Amino acid sequence: MSMNTQGRPSAPSGTVQIEKPATFTGNRALDMEEPLLFELGHWNICGVDLDEPEEFTPRLGGHERQSDIALPAFTEPEAMRHYVRLSRMNYAIDAGLYPLGSCTMKHNPRLNEKLSRLAGFADLHPLQPVSTASGAYELIDMLSEWLMQLTGTSAVAMSPKAGAHGEQCGMMAIKQALKARGEQRSIVLVPESAHGTNPATAALIGYKVVAVPARDDGTVDPQAVADKLKEHEGEVAALMLTNPNTCGLFEPQVVEIANLIHEAGAYFYCDGANFNAIVGKARPGDLGIDAMHINIHKTFSTPHGGGGPGSGPVVLSERLAPFAPLPFIRRTEKDLELVENASQLAEGEQPFGRMTAFHGQMGMFVRALAYMLSHGADGLQQASEDAVLNANYIRVGLQDLMSLPFGKKPCMHEVLFDDTFLKDTGVTTLDFAKAMIDEGYHPMTMYFPLVVHGAMLIEPTESESRASLDLFVATLRDLVMSAKQGNTSRFEGAPFHAPRRRLDETAAARKPVLKWTAPSPTEVEPR
Amino acid sequence: MRYLPLSDNDRAAMMAQIGIDGIDELFTDIPADKRIKAIESLPLRKTELEVERLLTRMAAKNSAAGDQPFFVGAGAYKHHVPATVDHLIQRSEFLTSYTPYQPEITQGTLQSLFEFQTQVAQLTGMDVANASMYDGSTGTAEAVLMAHRVTRKKKAVISGGLHPQYREVIEGISAQLPGASTVSLPADPYGTEDILAQIDDDTSCVVVQSPSFYGQLIDLKPIAEKAHAHKALLIAVFTEVVSLGLIESPGAQGADIVVGEGQSIGNALNFGGPYVGLFATRQKYLRNMPGRVCGETVDAEGKRGFVLTLSTREQHIRRDKATSNICTNSGLCALAFSIHMTLLGGLGLKKLARINHHNAIKLADALSAIDGVEVLNSAFFNEFTIKVPADANDVIEALAVNGVLGGVPVSRLLPDTPELTNLITVAATETNTQEDIDAYVAALKEVLA
Repeated sequence: MSMNTQGRPSAPSGTVQIEKPATFTGNRALDMEEPLLFELGHWNICGVDLDEPEEFTPRLGGHERQSDIALPAFTEPEAMRHYVRLSRMNYAIDAGLYPLGSCTMKHNPRLNEKLSRLAGFADLHPLQPVSTASGAYELIDMLSEWLMQLTGTSAVAMSPKAGAHGEQCGMMAIKQALKARGEQRSIVLVPESAHGTNPATAALIGYKVVAVPARDDGTVDPQAVADKLKEHEGEVAALMLTNPNTCGLFEPQVVEIANLIHEAGAYFYCDGANFNAIVGKARPGDLGIDAMHINIHKTFSTPHGGGGPGSGPVVLSERLAPFAPLPFIRRTEKDLELVENASQLAEGEQPFGRMTAFHGQMGMFVRALAYMLSHGADGLQQASEDAVLNANYIRVGLQDLMSLPFGKKPCMHEVLFDDTFLKDTGVTTLDFAKAMIDEGYHPMTMYFPLVVHGAMLIEPTESESRASLDLFVATLRDLVMSAKQGNTSRFEGAPFHAPRRRLDETAAARKPVLKWTAPSPTEVEPR
Repeated sequence: MRYLPLSDNDRAAMMAQIGIDGIDELFTDIPADKRIKAIESLPLRKTELEVERLLTRMAAKNSAAGDQPFFVGAGAYKHHVPATVDHLIQRSEFLTSYTPYQPEITQGTLQSLFEFQTQVAQLTGMDVANASMYDGSTGTAEAVLMAHRVTRKKKAVISGGLHPQYREVIEGISAQLPGASTVSLPADPYGTEDILAQIDDDTSCVVVQSPSFYGQLIDLKPIAEKAHAHKALLIAVFTEVVSLGLIESPGAQGADIVVGEGQSIGNALNFGGPYVGLFATRQKYLRNMPGRVCGETVDAEGKRGFVLTLSTREQHIRRDKATSNICTNSGLCALAFSIHMTLLGGLGLKKLARINHHNAIKLADALSAIDGVEVLNSAFFNEFTIKVPADANDVIEALAVNGVLGGVPVSRLLPDTPELTNLITVAATETNTQEDIDAYVAALKEVLA
């Protein structure tokens, strides 16, 4: 028998089949389906090797669990495959531009991950003797110092767990300050463009929310604030203002607004979600704010993790500093002292209580400090300048085709478009966003802020290169041209190439299915 | 700067395209007298090596739990977490993704949340669970607010066995609410308080922790019955989720809301955070539940998929009428919990719980054999309270000097209460060996001598 001279074909041959055939598995090469762990797992194994406990008499006092815990397990390789496959159905910053406005999806340095996992930080208990954790208190104190320097404020409450929790902390400090003055005020002013968390927070702690209308240029009118203060004289506890605001604009009259608020005996709460635009360019304390939370997971790069954990320290003006919650670190001449209960308070310290057990999001603190030290004061300023430059570069790249609701003027670190440019195309903001998915982009923030129609809020952050921005602008221009030329097939029903087509959110809400249940007892593997 | 891709040439070209001569032209909305040139009080950029050196030195000043025999609990527990867990949560696609607002390209996060919710519901014995809270303490405060919404009453009765810092968080938010009140029972190391006597028709909810802060296991059934007789809810709290592997689920005992700390599964001690709050309730209270929830649905081709749902409860839709102000929660820690739970399975959790319980019994017997040391709890899981014949703070400090982290002096959380001065809560987990226990006994004997 002679040797086969015809080896493996090394070039495509024959006619290329355009229609892709269906596959047996439903997978498409690297694009793989993955059932639920309850459909794949084993009900009678444990994927962790544990010692067999010796026989002993339990001391549970008759509280033993009577029922099995019906949860399946994977061995290690099975678990690895399950979660790796799931992960591949996710978009992520590491994979592409993530221009979610107001979310500051910047690069998450891996040095920060590494340092947060040092045993001296990660394997440290919040209630072990203070003498055995001096490095942890030193780190918290150093991060506090950076936050105060960057914001021009006098104190910082470190314990809040995320932005909205920080808002709550700041507003509780304000309530406590009013109480200390012997006053009870019932109203909080919130501009219409505010994040939903602002009115939700004010209501959560018992305030009535009064909206302040936005001006035609997207900013807050000091006169409108003055009017509301007059209308509710002596009743306004605080104004909650986001600055730069959610339209991507710096409030030019913020100082006047602060003065009005202070003259009325109220406090100025600033939502710091957009602080990334002005780090090293202006200090909120100089602008007259009394409290501002800092989304460590936005401005200072700690990863969003698919929805947290965040971290939301609140910087406080001198007027609010005495009311910061427990615990806090007091600096003495030679040392740092942890103050964690009322018996340790010095004269003048009047905390309103406690936001959470323990000290706050230490794991995030380590990452944030590593980020700050890496950048330095100069790098932080450069990062803000680049973030603003990138947003404006996108703005000028798109402003002839898309519609800027407030005219062709510079924006801060995010640029807001409305849907005027889609008028009569039959394409909605939602369609437009979903078509971006097919192009390999995470959509921008949509339909927020509420003050413009069909809002599209784009925040590129400083992490994008010029080439990346150029491709993004070119892609959006191409999409806009398609829409305007009536080529709407790219939009109707998009996305076409994602792991899922559009999902039925109405059905999900009407009859909520929030957990897996066994199809029927016989179909489940016996335990 | 290694994190910034723009070069000076890029910047110049981009400014030319925007039509400005300098970057400061983009910042002119900031009042001129408020603009700053630089923050001179802070240092300049550092290399990766320098930052690593600096923070490693800071970390080295701390005595890591694993460096010595370690028995500290009181709401956070040292457990062994399989290496797989930390590897998987560091995958870029999980780590650097946002809240799954675009479900078509975040099915990974969403499906894992759906699996997490199922695990939490199953463990707690409840119908539904949310996609996580910040931690156990803030989750407990949210549970009280939820009970107020459900019952339209505003008085919370709080057990003296609840973690004191959890109680402070509830009291803090209650003090803000017009008409809301709390009745907090005194510290209850033995689990003998008469909480039933405090429940009346004005009561919105009863908050009970089991195992309690002191380690005592509490029978929730009679409390649930009395609460329900007065149209109040029972909020069952745990700080050690591993206990659910061995003790009866709060759901089976009649709890209406089950809330607690999930750190023990999948998450490191992290000096107190980030942790993950677990939150579950009955189907009928679903629409009053705070926080994000993930639900099953189908896509346009009929394929199963998952979305965030019931958002009409939430702040970004309801604004000041929302059930909570929570937005970002604890997604990645929930994922860590879920992966570790998936490796364990129901069988593994039970086994792990048995090892914990057994180690705690061995430790309790060894400590109570020391002259003057008394174990206060009749029934416990992996944590209990001891009474020592000296000030507990001094004892713990002295033990630390002797190389043993022996627990938490109760007076650190509840100062100024003479009858608590000599009490220490002590925890044992699967990480403790017989040598650890022997070392503790030897050190305590020496300290008390």
